Amino acid sequence: MALQKLINDPLKVADELLEGLVEAYNGECKSVGRRSIVKSEIPDGKVALLVGGGSGHEPIYHGLVGRNLADGAACGDIFAAPPPNIVFEATEAVDKGKGVLYLYGNYAGDVLNFDIGAELADDEDIEVRTVLIWDDVCSAPPTEKEKRRGIAGLVPVVKLVGAASQTASSLDELEATAKKAVLQTRSVGVSMAPGSIPATGKPTFDLEEGKIGLGMGIHGEPGVAEIPMSTADELTPTMLDLVIKDFEDDEEVESLAEGDEIILFVNSLGATTMMELLIVLRKAKEYLTDKGIKIYDVMLGPLVTCQEMTGVSLSITRVDDELKGYWDMPCQSVCFSKMEGHYGG
Amino acid sequence: MGKDTLSINETRDMMIAVANKIIEAEPILTDADRALGDGDHGVGMERGMNAVKEALEHQEFASVGKVFMAVGMAMMSSMGGASGAVFGTLFRSGGKAVKDAESLDAAGMVAVFKEGTEGVMTRGGAKPGDKTMVDALLPAAEAGEKAAASSVYDALVAIADGAEAGREASKDMIATMGRAKTLGEKSLGKADAGAVSVAIIAATMRDYAA
Repeated sequence: MALQKLINDPLKVADELLEGLVEAYNGECKSVGRRSIVKSEIPDGKVALLVGGGSGHEPIYHGLVGRNLADGAACGDIFAAPPPNIVFEATEAVDKGKGVLYLYGNYAGDVLNFDIGAELADDEDIEVRTVLIWDDVCSAPPTEKEKRRGIAGLVPVVKLVGAASQTASSLDELEATAKKAVLQTRSVGVSMAPGSIPATGKPTFDLEEGKIGLGMGIHGEPGVAEIPMSTADELTPTMLDLVIKDFEDDEEVESLAEGDEIILFVNSLGATTMMELLIVLRKAKEYLTDKGIKIYDVMLGPLVTCQEMTGVSLSITRVDDELKGYWDMPCQSVCFSKMEGHYGG
Repeated sequence: MGKDTLSINETRDMMIAVANKIIEAEPILTDADRALGDGDHGVGMERGMNAVKEALEHQEFASVGKVFMAVGMAMMSSMGGASGAVFGTLFRSGGKAVKDAESLDAAGMVAVFKEGTEGVMTRGGAKPGDKTMVDALLPAAEAGEKAAASSVYDALVAIADGAEAGREASKDMIATMGRAKTLGEKSLGKADAGAVSVAIIAATMRDYAA
């Protein structure tokens, strides 16, 4: 049966969803240029934070523009990187004289287009730095981070860097915080069924029924193994072990150790329900607590999605005092909000 | 015999001819990409070339370089994704090589392909043999340089031959970049869609200059 999608012109999906998002912000954010969304008021002299990427993964990336979050987002077409002129238009709109940090997932198309956007910005004397998010531990070994994809870890990273950007005195300072947040954030995703391409209704990838794609990317990029469908309690430790092992194997970070504090993010790729996320969370908490790892706070929900893709991802961000301070700041956007402090604090 | 040089307006009309040819070839490009990639190259190139036509038709340009740079900017702005960035870079970098030239001669034409290819390689990080558009571009630029032609037509004959040979050779390469890399050896036997586009572009330019 063909999917019943509530859309209009299939080629205008990305434009129309952004129009809707701007309406949802009710004046807090505005549309800029060809296809960007930026905060209506950004203080002069603020170091700006720009995110972005292909549309269709809502609420990221454009849904993370907001208070103590990103200042703007450059939005591509469905599952496609934003062209450089869009990146540039967003850059120009968020720049308040202190430069702009680009923070986005490591995908070839995004890197190419944001880099050209940065060159266009340079022509106008706007300083730009780039920090790539590469949290998917299944996409390449720790020695080849430049080949890793950015997945759900993007949300805690943008939350932390968005908070840091409120007080950062320079682009250097914000860049350093962003690099630290990225280095301490690792994710693993699984898929049970694909999402669909809105314009065609075709599945984004093929996966045999009854199989789990362990480590698959959010567009169906290959993972590390196809395993038989299992229970939440069996799958959760398998996923966490991959993340824990990555902290061990990576020479750039310490292994996760007893007493370490983390933000745990249980994400749905779209169709997986809150019920399932809670069941996974229950096991993840038990498994990590048994290892002496402290859960500083928890994030839950479909925040990094691929339409009606079935699957979950688990992300761990290890937080020190600096990052805890940024985490505890409140934040608000149409799609992701958090009160001051943290549960259990 | 072919043309010795191309005026600014002829350069513009040549690129409009290229745009029309690529738009016409959309089904071929789509098929080529469906075999190896995600099947969006044809539609992307069609969208880019429609933008190129819009940017060039009835416009006057100050130099031949500005024509190529307008082609690059139109593709970059309209296509998105990786292919918009690399094809945009091809024409922007190539255009810069003849930025102030009021006519396009053999040396200028070769410089456009040479600088454009270097721009693409720097931007995209593809090396020869990775089964990308570079595998048509680099042989095209090298053939153009080697020919040391005296007319723009003769230069384009060599360039188009080089591109065609590169497109054909890409069939025997294993993809290591982009979505096709996951296919590994399954990518053997089929030409890269980007290389197919480059071959069509070069052949159309040659035919215009005839």
